[in-house]
Amino acid sequence: MIAEAGHYALVLALGLALIQATVPVLGARLRDPALMNVARSAALAQLLFVGLSFTALVFLHVTSDFSVANVFENSHSMKPLLYKITGVWGNHEGSMLLWVSILALFGGLVAAFGNNLPLSLRAHVLAVQAWVATAFYLFILITSNPFLRLDDPPIEGRDLNPVLQDIGLAVHPPMLYLGYVGFSISFSFAIAALIEGRVDAAWARWVRPWTLVAWIFLTLGIAMGSYWAYYELGWGGWWFWDPVENASLMPWLAGTALLHSAVVMEKRNALKVWTILLSILTFSLSLLGTFLVRSGVLTSVHAFATDPTRGVFILLILCIFIGGSLSLYASRASSLKQGGLFAPISREGALVLNNLFLTTACATVFIGTLYPLALEVLTGDKISVGAPFFNLTFGPLFVPLLLAVPFGPLLAWKRGDLAGAAQRLIAAGVAALIAMALLWSFVHGGSTLAPLAIGLAVFVIAGAGVDLVERIGLFRNPLGIVWRRARGLPRSTWGTAFAHAGVGVALIGIVCETTWNSEYIGTMSAGQSAKLAGYELKLDGLQSRQGPNFRELLAQFTVTEAGRPIGVMNPSKRSFAARGSSTSEAALLTRGVSQLYVSLGEPAADGGIAVRIYHKPMVLLIWFGPLLMAFGGLLSLSDRRLRVGAPKPARQARGLQAAE
Amino acid sequence: MTLWFVFAMMTAAAIFAVVWPLGRKPRAEREGSEANVYKDQLAEVERDASVGLIGAPEADAARVEISRRLLGAADAERAPPAAARTGARRAVSVVALLGLPLLAVAFYLPLGSPRLPDFPLAERARTPSATEPLDNLVTKVEAHLEKNPTDARGWTVLAPVLARLGRFDDAVQAYRNALTYGPESAERRADLGETIASAAGGVITAEAKVEFERAVALDANEVKARYFLGLSAEQDGRPNDAATIWRAMLDKAPADAPWRPLVQSALARVTGAKMPAPPDEAVAAAQGMSEADRGAMIQVMVDRLATRLKQNGDDVEGWLRLMRAYMVMGDRDKAKGALAEARQALAGKTEQLKQLDAGLKNLGLDG
Repeated sequence: MIAEAGHYALVLALGLALIQATVPVLGARLRDPALMNVARSAALAQLLFVGLSFTALVFLHVTSDFSVANVFENSHSMKPLLYKITGVWGNHEGSMLLWVSILALFGGLVAAFGNNLPLSLRAHVLAVQAWVATAFYLFILITSNPFLRLDDPPIEGRDLNPVLQDIGLAVHPPMLYLGYVGFSISFSFAIAALIEGRVDAAWARWVRPWTLVAWIFLTLGIAMGSYWAYYELGWGGWWFWDPVENASLMPWLAGTALLHSAVVMEKRNALKVWTILLSILTFSLSLLGTFLVRSGVLTSVHAFATDPTRGVFILLILCIFIGGSLSLYASRASSLKQGGLFAPISREGALVLNNLFLTTACATVFIGTLYPLALEVLTGDKISVGAPFFNLTFGPLFVPLLLAVPFGPLLAWKRGDLAGAAQRLIAAGVAALIAMALLWSFVHGGSTLAPLAIGLAVFVIAGAGVDLVERIGLFRNPLGIVWRRARGLPRSTWGTAFAHAGVGVALIGIVCETTWNSEYIGTMSAGQSAKLAGYELKLDGLQSRQGPNFRELLAQFTVTEAGRPIGVMNPSKRSFAARGSSTSEAALLTRGVSQLYVSLGEPAADGGIAVRIYHKPMVLLIWFGPLLMAFGGLLSLSDRRLRVGAPKPARQARGLQAAE
Repeated sequence: MTLWFVFAMMTAAAIFAVVWPLGRKPRAEREGSEANVYKDQLAEVERDASVGLIGAPEADAARVEISRRLLGAADAERAPPAAARTGARRAVSVVALLGLPLLAVAFYLPLGSPRLPDFPLAERARTPSATEPLDNLVTKVEAHLEKNPTDARGWTVLAPVLARLGRFDDAVQAYRNALTYGPESAERRADLGETIASAAGGVITAEAKVEFERAVALDANEVKARYFLGLSAEQDGRPNDAATIWRAMLDKAPADAPWRPLVQSALARVTGAKMPAPPDEAVAAAQGMSEADRGAMIQVMVDRLATRLKQNGDDVEGWLRLMRAYMVMGDRDKAKGALAEARQALAGKTEQLKQLDAGLKNLGLDG
């Protein structure tokens, strides 16, 4: 009964979505508040039913009901409970159900907490949300139904892909989907604004928290995915420029641009048309990511589905939504009231520069990801656009962007003072120069560019600090006043500083890891030891062990540094009988923010085993950076106070500065 | 019946969600508006100015700008007033009342399986039934062995069942496990060999032969092993050896041994047609020849094949036939030489190399 009730709940959700997609629009036309309010209750009911449906699927997985085809194909009765639950979205059908559940969740949140929105705007936003939902309910019910049953239930399931049997699956997909799908709200706001033909500073204010939530989750989701790939795939790589990774990076870049342009719109009532376009593009890129991953166009860990009908269906959804929204944009954008003009050297000018670089970077990723696919479709040639392309195009775009980052917050709205900002950034520049000088004199080997890049990262971090110091007047005022000003500083200012510093922190990690990592690859047998980066790893022995649904070969390494033991590492190789496949579980030893990484290869005939050992200096910073960024986003989100761009009277700017 | 009751309740809840706002009395909605946002912004400027975050002139400029927006918003908000459209509301209610259940049923019936109850594993494991299919039992035993891989008895029970189900590769593994974790016996070795041969489509591979030889070494009277050793000799093209083995078996066997007819028919087969499969006309020609002449004729045929393959090495079947012939003639070195030549000739042709490797498995040349 649970299975059928879950199935029926999903069908009802489709019915509610259809009503939510039409009735509120009608209501907005007729100016009838009751009809417009249907959007709200329908959205909440839709959330309830999708929630029921999702809960039912989780229940079926947990109780190993193999009469459900989806459970039979992706679960195993001996799997630990956590993986039974995470296995729900570790497959195509379940992950699509998670996708619509999150879509309904965001719709429900707008319905529940959107009291500050004008009635017709809320009705339109929820209606657009329901259009998207309807398309995906149909997709799930028709092509990827997780509730299909087997008449003759088998006694045991086929188990989940072993690579996915990891705590990472519990975190990465939900986070990423919260990010992807969260951008549907800014999309719905944009379409609603186009339908109503009215967009202004207040719109930006309303859409900002939703964009911020989506951005925070996407940031965390990407970082988590990267860390997961790093420790699970056994190669020690953390970013492969794999099309699936690019598919998540593109909406992130566009979303970051959107966050910044929405600030300009909110404070200066400018960049309106551009912001609307970015909202549409960001969600379109999220949809594109879903298409790339779910259609089987790309074959990777993520492509559990390689069914052409699904691909065609998603492609259809993609065409309708992207094509439709862009056509609507093209026909309506010209009728939107243009905002004011502004000077190039100003806060808004800096934000435009940021948008320029971010969207160009997004475009390069887009080309690098889709060009090989398009070429393969047209000519049948298989080419691969790999890391060299992205490093050559992405790097040069990010260097000027990062150079500009510290200047942005220091410039005033309307008309900024570049020389003044530069003067205040001298401290940050000096810090960067000292960092570079130290690196050049003490560290040998590696690329000559590395110290420059680290200098840049230090500049970004110190620049964020300088901004805070300037604002609270540290070193100039007595501590009491400093404290008062720090408390009075809007949270979003703190958020900006943290997020910008996070970029610098991640850059340090990336540069250090790629430049100074060292590796040892060889065959070792018990008693042998390997030396790497000042550490000595001795293989104590190998033993076999039985896990819940796998058997594993466990190796034990004792790690010593200068003769002093600092830890034991236990990498293993697991083989899963149900799928006849195996995974390599790497062992990590963290020293500060650096890590030692050991993963096992194939056992050799003479009793030895192939071993890969890496030393990755500063590698954890790569993920601390995004954590900082997300934390900054969270601070900014908690800023209940409205952000007002206080335009400075042009003449008196400098004088005021001194008087502060 | 409960199921349909639950469905009905759910449908009612969904309809209620749509109809509820339509029936409510219109009351003053606390609707958000742009003006509110700008008023908030004005208040914010006041707060910032009082803390000293922005100076007085900037605050003034900001106030002017926001006020301008506020005026604009107030103008824009003179939209047509809200109107209650009873007709439209009624129409929507009807659509919800009829449309929702209809749509839901129309979608659910072709997709769902309302007759199927749930089958959670825990419940099913408690009630094993006589009608439970063999597959399920096998799966249970396999699950048990997965956890207790050293249970030799379990493997011994499982192996023949797997072989019967046609899962030969798994059966081979099961026999091996039984031998690894349990006592070695001639019978089990012979069973293992038989399963390996079955997995190879009835060909006694080198691997299978090793098992039979071990079985015979353990127990010289192991019937199955000896029969298969004879078969192996026959397949290797040594019919005389095969006949010798089988004759010895029949000599020693009790008169009522159940396997007697099988061996007798096999013996009749090898003493009748002696060569594995030469072309028909060659067989006809060979009928009246002496042993030496026949040997010479085969030699000529093999040489001809070798020459042809030297000129045109694409023929995988030909290479395999040549190697088999060398093996039959007991010339292992030549067979190996032919293999090396074949690999050279087929270098770069993945598909054919795969075919070659598949063929080799049955030849026993790799061992």
